[in-house]
Amino acid sequence: MAVEQPTAREAEQTRIHNIGYRSYDGPRLGRAYARRSLYSQSLRGAYGLGRSVKSKVLPMLLFVVMCVPALIMVAVAVATKAKELPIEYTRYAIIMQAVIGLYVASQAPQSVSRDLRFKTVPLYFSRPIETVDYVRAKYAALASAMFILTAAPLLVLYVGALLAKLDFGHQTKGFAEAVVSVALLSLLFSGISLVAAAATPRRGFGIAAVIAVLTISYGAVSTLQAIAHVHSGDTSVLVWMGLFSPITLIDGVQTAFLGASSSFPGAQGPSAAQGVVYLLVVLGLIAGSYGLLVRRYRKAGL
Amino acid sequence: MTVIATESLSKRFPRVTALDRLSVDVGPGVTGLVGANGAGKSTLIKILLGLSPATEGRAEVLGLDVASKGGAIRERVGYMPEHDCLPPDVSATEFVVHMARMAGLPPTAARERTADTLRHVGLYEERYRPIGGYSTGMKQRVKLAQALVHDPQLVFLDEPTNGLDPVGRDEMLGLIRRVHTDFGISVLVTSHLLGELERTCDHVVIIDGGKLLRSSSTRDFTQTTTTLAIEVTDTDEHPDGTRAVRDALHARGVTTHDGSELPGAGHILLLTAEGERTYDLVRDVVADLGLGLVRMEQRRHHIAEVFKDGEEQRKEAVGHGG
Ligand SMILES: Nc1ncnc2c1ncn2[C@@H]1O[C@H](COP(=O)(O)OP(=O)(O)O)[C@@H](O)[C@H]1O
Ligand SMILES: [Mg+2]
Repeated sequence: MAVEQPTAREAEQTRIHNIGYRSYDGPRLGRAYARRSLYSQSLRGAYGLGRSVKSKVLPMLLFVVMCVPALIMVAVAVATKAKELPIEYTRYAIIMQAVIGLYVASQAPQSVSRDLRFKTVPLYFSRPIETVDYVRAKYAALASAMFILTAAPLLVLYVGALLAKLDFGHQTKGFAEAVVSVALLSLLFSGISLVAAAATPRRGFGIAAVIAVLTISYGAVSTLQAIAHVHSGDTSVLVWMGLFSPITLIDGVQTAFLGASSSFPGAQGPSAAQGVVYLLVVLGLIAGSYGLLVRRYRKAGL
Repeated sequence: MTVIATESLSKRFPRVTALDRLSVDVGPGVTGLVGANGAGKSTLIKILLGLSPATEGRAEVLGLDVASKGGAIRERVGYMPEHDCLPPDVSATEFVVHMARMAGLPPTAARERTADTLRHVGLYEERYRPIGGYSTGMKQRVKLAQALVHDPQLVFLDEPTNGLDPVGRDEMLGLIRRVHTDFGISVLVTSHLLGELERTCDHVVIIDGGKLLRSSSTRDFTQTTTTLAIEVTDTDEHPDGTRAVRDALHARGVTTHDGSELPGAGHILLLTAEGERTYDLVRDVVADLGLGLVRMEQRRHHIAEVFKDGEEQRKEAVGHGG
């Protein structure tokens, strides 16, 4: 063996040698291209594309679960020749919030914690791509995936409504308002979830952290709102409470500006003035999440 | 041509000075950056990548200033970190393709260069399997491949032989040599082991406590400092043969030092060979004394000894200072 090993290794060496190294003279597309590549790879990854079969199951399943009720509603509307869809477009995401929460809780950690946990982050930042590129690509990718998840059933409803020959102007307005609302929702939920996930690099903990942030805040806010509704005549207390959970924030914004009816107890949503505060809080949380993520990756880079 | 140049480069953390007024020039080829753990090797690489600002002093990589041209530097260099950095659930191919795209390579080029590079580092069929199942040696090759895939002009390899067994170590060192000879890429490779880089490197920079101990071409010190080890028999006339030879050599102006630090020998004399002349002289002296020459052998002057010399000087300096 002592004699054979060097011979085998020599053979290996010559084999490697004979291939010949080719240098690369082609284009180097730089930062913007790297950011776009990371975006599309992460977006595909959020639905398990380009990943193992196992990783496709949950996101695909949740996507289907998200769309099935819309299909049923459309089928019913067409079959019964209804004059209206069973629910407002803007209500759909509120009703389906558990599915949305589950999706973002499962995908935010896989999107960001892997690079942190396996210490891949320094490999990115030793390249032209920079912290802000990385964060923007990851944030945009998850927000886009969330938008696909939340806007797809709206599209199903809208197409169904047109097939059922419901009023075009009315349907288009409702659909457009809801699309704006889920776009905001996607940005807000992605931001908060990414921050929670990036703070807890272990994947299991990341999922738990995201679910905790979304459900505990909603549970607390809706319980307190219900109590306030029963015990206090002052509706403004109830409205201000809505500022403390992501889904009630979205509900408030769409009630104030996007023609939605409030799902707060007593259907008492914020007024236009209160709505401005809601909108500012939402935008502040989105910007804040982005800032925290940039800070997190500055620290993790090398 | 200078590939890396630092000028009075310092990096101070709240509690430690990681780099202390380091001035060094590195040319093309393979350069070893040697120093004990905590000497400041990784810190230097981070500064050279433009990712960590120096506290004072300046540095240039490929003629670009690290403080203002970090982006341009990172387009032209590759980096292999010392720690694990590979996700276990993707294949080497997928991973390296992704990293190639992050370096700016278009999709097709990224795939082609990944296949080429993985072959060059010696990964064949296994490159389609998840990295989690790889041996340490294979993982190190993947790490090297991601640093080379975009065909950089210079690579920083931080402790690439860490965790490898002797065979894996030799293979990695051979590979690193080829990165320069076959691929034409300059290399800055760090190690805390002094011995292992001398065969691989054209040039060695030794740092300790963030300070430069020595920077020289490996050819320099292997050529000029060949050491002869001599061992002789004792006779009745000369009960201490070694001493007799030493005295005789001293009488002819040749200085020696004893080899007592060598294993199993209080009877070994070391002297610096200056070509054939020294050999003849030793033979004559031993013959004149009527002693038997047990051995006379050339010992390559190892970097370890150079380092030890340097360290002794430094200790002396510290001693004098304190
Ligand atoms: N981010 C940091 N904060 C504080 N101290 C650091 C940091 N990075 C490195 N150091 C310290 O700087 C010194 C040099 O570290 P390093 O460059 O990693 O050494 P080497 O790579 O040669 O082992 C060590 O004492 C280390 O503890
Ligand atoms: Mg180090």
